[in-house]
Amino acid sequence: MLQEHARLIPQRTLPDERAARRSLLDQIARLEQDLSQLFCSMWPRKDFTFSVEGRGGPRLLSLGELEGLRDELAARVQHVRRTLSDRTYSEEQYRRLIEEMMLDPDSHKWRRVSNEDIGEPGCRHWHVRPRWSFIGMLMGWWRVVVSSGCPLAT
Amino acid sequence: MELELAEGWVEGELAEEFPQLGLVHAPLAARPGRSPLEVKQRLRQLANRYTGGHVIHMRQDAVPWAYRVFARQVGIDPDTDRTPVEAIALERLRHGGFRSRNVVDDALTIAIAETGVPVIALDADRVEGELGLRLSRPGERLSDARLLTERQIVMADDRQPVAMVLGEVSHTAGVTPETEHMTLCALRVKGVPPIAVEEALWTAAEVLVGPD
Repeated sequence: MLQEHARLIPQRTLPDERAARRSLLDQIARLEQDLSQLFCSMWPRKDFTFSVEGRGGPRLLSLGELEGLRDELAARVQHVRRTLSDRTYSEEQYRRLIEEMMLDPDSHKWRRVSNEDIGEPGCRHWHVRPRWSFIGMLMGWWRVVVSSGCPLAT
Repeated sequence: MELELAEGWVEGELAEEFPQLGLVHAPLAARPGRSPLEVKQRLRQLANRYTGGHVIHMRQDAVPWAYRVFARQVGIDPDTDRTPVEAIALERLRHGGFRSRNVVDDALTIAIAETGVPVIALDADRVEGELGLRLSRPGERLSDARLLTERQIVMADDRQPVAMVLGEVSHTAGVTPETEHMTLCALRVKGVPPIAVEEALWTAAEVLVGPD
């Protein structure tokens, strides 16, 4: 009789799997939080990929699928973090270059640094150019020209 | 205006996996139609509050983030298939405002944009029995056409799936121009306070019925 009842009860997640599933779901939530924070830190920089392929949801994922998703998210977070770190290092170098250009334009002839290079929005750029065109070039009168905003949309 | 909020059922396996998952629904006597001027104005005012910075930081706000996490946990990539609030925010940025479509869509847009909670509207006369959340069964279809894969998470009545969770609504249960009674449904996930879900339903209902 009891066996008959047992057969009628719908099959659910195995009890030993439940703890693992819960732990994986928590890990996915934490990784998603990390990814969201990185997304906000990244702005306005471009060319970052945050997408982790979906699993044909919404559906209840198997334990293996949850593990795969967790691993992919962890790899994505690590990749974005590393890329952002590289990018901020390069931006720091460009900021330094702007300072050097301002202090000594003669040593940085024709160098040009844009807002994008220092990780900021907008179209401003710093450009070392000669004063009075050819005369300035011949006389060595170099200066940094800071452009104003973006060109008007056509 | 009175709104009777009811808690929908959640099938066993789904409730075990997501203990705080829930569906709150409320019947409403309202008809679809064109949006009145006040609703259009409200949409415009709402659009003015949505700046680029606001949208960027949205995924760190508690409620939108909770739905992103849930989407991820159920196998949706929220960067490809956006959660409702992010889809609305993106539309606002692309079009420079919220476009008025009809009073039902506008009410849902306002409710979602203001609270971050996804709300859908169903035709109450085409829903049979109690609404709830469950896993799809073999051979089941949405809108009598699209075959669902097994164990997909659906919103269902006693008879059939009426909508995908965080996804499309079935044509067999959605609101049509002939609708006279609606059922508003809001999904609750872990990390979303119940009051936010109630607020979403009240906001949608208030826009649909109008202030009285």
